[in-house]
Amino acid sequence: MSESHSTSVATQAGWGGGVSPYGVGYKKLGMWLFIVSDALTFSALIVAYSYVRIANDWPTPFEFYPAIIFSSVMTLVLLSSSLTMVFAVDAGHKGDRAAAAKWIWATALGGVIFIVLHVREWLHLIHDGVTPTGNPFGTPLFGGTFFTITGLHMTHVAIGVIYLAIVAMGFKSGKYDSEDVEVSGLYWHFVDLVWMFVFPMVYLMSTKVS
Amino acid sequence: MTEVAEYVEVHRHPEPTSFISKWIFSIDHKVIGIQYILLAIVAVFIGMGLSLLVRLRLVWPEKSFAILGDLFPIGAPDGVMTPEFYLAMLTMHGTVMVFMVLTTAPQGGFGNYFLPIQIGAADMAFPRLNMLSFWTTFLSFCALMVAFLVEGGAPISGWTAYPPLSALNAAAMEGTGQDWWIISIALFCIASLLGALNFIVTTLELRAKGLTMMRLPLTVWTWFVTAILGLLAFGVLLAAGILLLLDRNLGTSFFIPGGLVVNDQLVNHSGGSPILWQHLFWFFGHPEVYIAILPGMGVTSHVLATFARKTVFGYKAMVYAILAIGGLGFVVWGHHMFMSGMSPYSAFVFSVLTMCIGVPSAIKTFNWIGTLWGGKIRFTTPMLYAIGFVSLFVTGGLSGIFLGQPTVDLWFHDTYFVVAHFHLIMGVAAIFGMFSGLTFWFPKMFGRFMSEGLGRIHFWLTFIGVYAIFGPMHYLGMIPHPRRYAETTGVDFLAAGGANEIQYFITIAAMITITAQFLFLFNFLWSLFKGKVCTEDNPWEATTLEWAIPSPPPHDNFAGKIPTVYRGAYDFSLPNAKRDFAMQCNSDEMVFPRSSGD
Repeated sequence: MSESHSTSVATQAGWGGGVSPYGVGYKKLGMWLFIVSDALTFSALIVAYSYVRIANDWPTPFEFYPAIIFSSVMTLVLLSSSLTMVFAVDAGHKGDRAAAAKWIWATALGGVIFIVLHVREWLHLIHDGVTPTGNPFGTPLFGGTFFTITGLHMTHVAIGVIYLAIVAMGFKSGKYDSEDVEVSGLYWHFVDLVWMFVFPMVYLMSTKVS
Repeated sequence: MTEVAEYVEVHRHPEPTSFISKWIFSIDHKVIGIQYILLAIVAVFIGMGLSLLVRLRLVWPEKSFAILGDLFPIGAPDGVMTPEFYLAMLTMHGTVMVFMVLTTAPQGGFGNYFLPIQIGAADMAFPRLNMLSFWTTFLSFCALMVAFLVEGGAPISGWTAYPPLSALNAAAMEGTGQDWWIISIALFCIASLLGALNFIVTTLELRAKGLTMMRLPLTVWTWFVTAILGLLAFGVLLAAGILLLLDRNLGTSFFIPGGLVVNDQLVNHSGGSPILWQHLFWFFGHPEVYIAILPGMGVTSHVLATFARKTVFGYKAMVYAILAIGGLGFVVWGHHMFMSGMSPYSAFVFSVLTMCIGVPSAIKTFNWIGTLWGGKIRFTTPMLYAIGFVSLFVTGGLSGIFLGQPTVDLWFHDTYFVVAHFHLIMGVAAIFGMFSGLTFWFPKMFGRFMSEGLGRIHFWLTFIGVYAIFGPMHYLGMIPHPRRYAETTGVDFLAAGGANEIQYFITIAAMITITAQFLFLFNFLWSLFKGKVCTEDNPWEATTLEWAIPSPPPHDNFAGKIPTVYRGAYDFSLPNAKRDFAMQCNSDEMVFPRSSGD
């Protein structure tokens, strides 16, 4: 990894202490810490979900088609967007602002497709009578946990799309440097990683077993 | 800056000129620190007023207070407080004090003001984020105050907001008070998370040249560890708050079990668990206790060393103790739930871990005493408050040993023994830390001293007052007198134990102690404008970097010249030195007389 680009502003400004721990710039460290705290928030929800799932007779209503196929496609889209984000960060490090912006836009597009598919999936479930307060399959918490966890995740994806759009424009115009792209990439990969917990725990574990 | 041996020039930012950018939406960490402190002062007087109402209701449940009837026509019809009103005041007292006072002033207030200066930085790492943190906290405070005004009044479920009472609209409190409470807490979580992130990055990245972690003042260590606790704890409370808000407004059942009957009606929920809330809440709630007390420990260490003219006894042990307390704080939340239906095996593990906290706490206490031992003690008011902190910390800590054992807790749970314990240790001790910090740093912040005479009177009134209030509560808890009951005067076994007389005594003591706090407020306001002027940079002959710059400091602290640090934070009474202290920015040449051998 070339670290020369990310001579942290802190060091440049001559803060003296200067030697940033592990060579991490202050923006990147800030994002890592945000990720830690946000991970705790998601963990709390997932622990709560596990808690009520064990305590109740949990329904497993998801058919292989369409629910699992659909959510698998969503997973593929989101994972692909992480790949394009890697290309964006790489292009940013190489100083190719146009290419980096292009890849960031591709990432944001992946996020938008994910949201569209996810909303369609929500509407499908709502059509089947699954709401936060109840559902035809059993304990009302099935819908409650589903919409809360996926809803908070979707909110993160939506915020991420806006964030990426701002970074794409700012990096192309020269307002942001390649570290800003990398920092936005950290956020995006984190949101992706959360989904890698949500997908098996909320979808796969609730697959209908015939 | 005559004390600075060497410095590094840094880029300077121009001072803001307009009133708004200088004092309201300021990005200067010092202004933001003062804003936090002012918010806490407003909040602490509101919180005290609420506690007074609680005390009055306990002792005179039937008495009519005309002014209350005018202020709260529903909560106190004809001036007589209803039991629900008592619970509402109790809830708001706890919430205001824990969140808006104990969490804001030590960390957001003093931490914001002095952490950047003590590490030799011109500002926080993210000044704009810092401003956002304060104003989000302010919004949170406003949302909490709205809870008083909405229909149905303030929430009654305690500062811990235990469901099902907090989760069901139908249970006793119709209205949106609890919703405003949750919104307030959620905003507070976000503000605290952003603040914590900022503190950690600042401490790690912006230290002056030569200022290694093991040379940091202990105040900085405690703010740093407190920020780590906040970063890890508030995210969980945020999640819990979201779930509770959904339960109340969207009809989900996370915390509401099936078969619950409220007001003779079966509640249409099933599957949830009130215990789940307790787990989530206390995973935050226990670290929160340390968020409140750790900065007070830092200030105490700092002040004791400065006025005993001795280095902190066992500096490294102090640092490791702070880290140990912070770490253990995350694995003991179950000791709040011994009575909630917990497996004895889990309770045993939580109990052992809880006892472990006694070790670093004792290390700190003995080191404080070791610091005082043989020192040339200067009994200034900050020193008195710091010694008071040690006393209160020991007293409050000892009762914690009782409560941490499941078998003993069976008896003491939810009694006044608990009230006495947490008020002494996380309430009053933390507030003594603030008193100490405010009187110590007042000349630096405002260029004037607080009155020593008034400070001494206030110290003794408060110190004796809080022991008079919370000391007898230990006995009440042994009767056992349950807490959170609006009316206990007619209960036979309590009356036989003498509870009525003791409660009466406590209420009188509380009234006197509350009155004494106006003395402190007066001292604060009077000293701001009329206090003795402090012309020196270093009136206390202290060692850390904030004392190397003018009082009050210029807007970018070091005027672009960041001092180089040569030594640890507590170099007092060095042998063969010219003076009895050496500032962190003093080089050896400045500290020691030239020896002929060189």
